[in-house]
Formats: sequence, C-alpha cells, structure tokens
Amino acid sequence: MNTIDQIFVVTKQGILRIAGLFLPEWLVAVKSALISIVAIIAFAVVTMMYLTWLERKAIARMQNRIGPNRVGKWGLLQPVADAIKMLTKEDIVPHRADRVVHALAPVLMMIPALVLFSVIPFGRGMTAVDLNIGVIFFIAVSSVSTLPIFMASWSSRNKYSLLGGMRTAAQMISYEVPMVLSAVPALLAAGTLSTHGIVEAQGGWGGTGWYVWTPWGLAGFVIFFLCAVAECNRSPFDLPEAESEIIAGFHTEYSGMKFALFYMAEFMNAFTLSALAATLFLGGWQGPLLPSWLWFLIKVYGLLLIMFWFRGTLPRIRVDQMMSFAWKLLLPLTLVNIFVAGLWFLTGPVVRIVSSVAILASAVFVFTRLNRKYLPEKRTYRFGD
Amino acid sequence: METLAFLFQWGLYALLAVTAVAAVGVVTLANIFHAALCLVAVLIGVAAVYAALSAGFLAAVQILIYVGAIMTLVIFAIMLTERIATPASGTANRLVFPAALGSLVLFIVLSRLIFSTAWPLRPGGNAPLTAEDLGRALMGPYALPFEVISVVLVAALVGALVIARKDRP
Repeated sequence: MNTIDQIFVVTKQGILRIAGLFLPEWLVAVKSALISIVAIIAFAVVTMMYLTWLERKAIARMQNRIGPNRVGKWGLLQPVADAIKMLTKEDIVPHRADRVVHALAPVLMMIPALVLFSVIPFGRGMTAVDLNIGVIFFIAVSSVSTLPIFMASWSSRNKYSLLGGMRTAAQMISYEVPMVLSAVPALLAAGTLSTHGIVEAQGGWGGTGWYVWTPWGLAGFVIFFLCAVAECNRSPFDLPEAESEIIAGFHTEYSGMKFALFYMAEFMNAFTLSALAATLFLGGWQGPLLPSWLWFLIKVYGLLLIMFWFRGTLPRIRVDQMMSFAWKLLLPLTLVNIFVAGLWFLTGPVVRIVSSVAILASAVFVFTRLNRKYLPEKRTYRFGD
Repeated sequence: METLAFLFQWGLYALLAVTAVAAVGVVTLANIFHAALCLVAVLIGVAAVYAALSAGFLAAVQILIYVGAIMTLVIFAIMLTERIATPASGTANRLVFPAALGSLVLFIVLSRLIFSTAWPLRPGGNAPLTAEDLGRALMGPYALPFEVISVVLVAALVGALVIARKDRP
C-alpha cells in the first residue's frame, strides 16, 4: 500500500541516488529540479492532449453522437493526429500585425500555465516546490495570463480580436476578486498558505476532514469553482472567445501551432484551477484506501467532467449578466462566507452549524431577491448621436 | 554547493541586466503599448529580485498587484484610447525638461536616503520572511499606518466615483 502511494517519490530518490555516485553535488541538486520539471512538462502535455479527447468524447455522448472514433481504438490516437496536423499547418500572420508581439503572445501564454503546476500537491510528498506562500503564488501567477491575451488581441490588428481582449480583461478582473476571497475561509481554517499544509490540515478518518463538508466550505467551493470556470474562459463564461459573436476573439488571427499553444494553455489552466479547487476544499490527496495521487486525480478529473457537463448543457450568458453575477452576487456572498467561517471557529458545535447555515441561506435569499428585478438600463449615447 | 551559489549570483546579475534594459525600453520606445509591455518586464524582474532576497511573499504580491491588476488596467486604458497605440503618437513632449528636473530631485533624495540608512541585519540571519511575520507586524506595531492606508484608498475610490459620475446634480 505504502509503496504504491510513494512510488513516484521513491523513483525520483532512486534516480538521484544513482546519479549521486558519479556526479558532483551541485549537479545532483540541479538534476533534482530537472526531474520535477521534466515530469511536470510531460504530465502537463499528455494531460492536455487527452483532455481534448475526453472533452470531445463527453460532449459527443451528451449530444447523442459517438465522437472521435477513427484513429486508433476509441479514437485514442486522435490527439496525436491533431498535433501532427497543427505542426504541419501554415503559419499565417496578418499583414498589418505587430510581428514580434504577435509571435511572443502564444509563447508567453504557456509560461504561467506551466509554472502553476509547480505548487500543485499531486500526492503525499509530491509537491514539486512546497512554497510557504503556495496559494498566493498560484493566484499571482495565474493573474499574469491576462497579459498574453492582451498582446495577442492588440497585435492582431483585428477589431474582433480587440473586442475579445477587452472582454477577457473585464471578465478576468471581475472574477479574480470573488475567487481569491472565496479561498480565504479555507486558508483561515488551515492557518497556512502552503498548498501542502492545506491538504495536511484536511486529514481525518475516511475523508471526513475535507472542508467541503462544512457550510462555509461548501459555499466557498461552489463560488470558487464557478469563478475558476470563468477564469479559464470556459462555457458558459466563454464570452471572450465566443465564436458566434466575435469569431473566437483574441485567437482569431492565429493558425497552426501558435493557435495550439493558446488551446493548450487553456486546458492546462482548466486542470490547474480544478486542482487548486480540489486542494482547497476537497482535501487534495486525502482519502481512504486508494493511493494519494490516485485520489487527487479522481477529484480533479471529476471537476473537469463537471466543466465539460456545463459546456454540454448551458448556453452562453450575456455580458451584463456575467458582470452582475460576479459583482452583485458572488462578491457579497464571499464576504458573508468569510464572516460565517469566523463565526464557525468562535461558537460551539451545535450553534455554529445552525447559525452558519441560517446566515448563508438568508444571504443567498436576500442577494438573489435584490438582483432579481434587474433590467438593463436604456442606453443614452452622449457622443454618438 | 559553491558552484550553485556562483550560478545563483550570475543568474541574479543577468536578471538585473535584463530588468535595466527593459527599464530603458519603457522610457525610450516610441510605441506606448511596447513601453507598457517593457514596464511589465521590469516589474516581473523586480519581483524576481525580491524572491532572490528571500522575500517570497513580497514577490508574489508585487506580481499579483502590479502585473496582474495595475498593468492590466494600464493596457486596458491604452487599448480603449484611440490612436494612442499607433507608432505616430510619441511618448515624449515638451514637458521633458520639467520631468527630468523632477526625476533628478527624486533621484538625489532617494540616493541620500539609501546611503544614510544603516540597513541593520535581521537577527534571524538569512531566514525567509514569511507571510505570518508580515501579518503580525501589520496587526501589531504597524496597525495605525495600515489603517491610514486603507482610509486613503477609500478616499481614492470615492473620489474616482465622484469624477466618473454621469449625472451631476
């Protein structure tokens, strides 16, 4: 049991021990970092490739189709075929485009997406870099990914790209605020910012220590997950790349592998954000019987399948609905949730359950009532007439 | 381990050089969008210097606030302003000399401050500064400045709302 749980850690230590026999000490330290980096890059790329396959299969089943089924058994080689197609496609750059920024944007898009994997706790002792500010680091690095999108949308010299960039900025800034605030109760309960420490704090027999089983944990998890869906521009929050409105937004003018890099970064962000949601609220790798890394992957893929399910079920929301959802419902709810979490740690066992459920339920009721009679104001154009 | 320390030192020099080049780019590039991107590079470089000086929390907050929020808004403003992002609109105008004078005064004041400060070493040696230390400092000895800053921020928010208000009574 324990050997299966620690198989990756033991493998890495074994490689390092063999390397230590004939390599100088500093090179072993470099190699220790390199093993983690190579493992993360290989894992990230393979995950992304098969997430595309999984998404197409899942959506196809929801729409009563079969999905990819020609290349290999069950279409399992379809991602490889797609990769070959992407690599052999012609690279088209618009005539008036800013060539340097246009070429740089997809490359820079990949950097935060890959760096985020470094603080994800994949299993017991399997955090690549256990920073004591892990969650802050994650949020900081993921907030950088707005800039490559801006670079792509501006350098394309295309009005639809520019519109997509504007929508991305508005959406990412709006949803980052409730996302960070909804993570606060979990950080409060764990008393640490380290991703490893947060998972350790959610121990307990058979997964009963997960934060999602508490009222503030459940509310925080739902808000965090909705914001995560919006942060990685997935349906129903896919306004920045709405095909039918602004012909796919910021990546309209990209072709071949450059487009594929944007696509990869998006799937990696979906994976890492689901992983952070699982870490903060679903107990990370904590769970009974199965090895820790398997528990972690089960939780992350469960969340990803919910994202695919959203895409197969929900229509795209309007811009004004998107903004008012973040600012008028999610943001006040996160503030109430932080208060409830504080109350939870100060009051007794029965009082805290009753009071926190009552406060959260009444808050949801009040905020939805306040938001219900929303009519978009009649636009008056001050300079347009 | 000496080799690692050597690599670390030269890596830090390379980082500082890149940051300095990007900083020159901010003030010399004709296209204001490129200048803004250079400013992003400078801010990330400064964050990396913080991280190298064992101030990881400060580095993360620098990236979160300056790169993630402020620069996003700056670029947003550039994209919303018509023609400002075209190469024709320069970044220099006839206020160059007053600005240079102001920068010179600021430079002199800052360098005097830097050279007159004693820079005492922390008793813990090279131990990294954690978020917990910062939190205790902000809630303990620095509680009043912390509150004053929040009041200033609220004043700025209210002021922005007043300026941006559509209907004036």
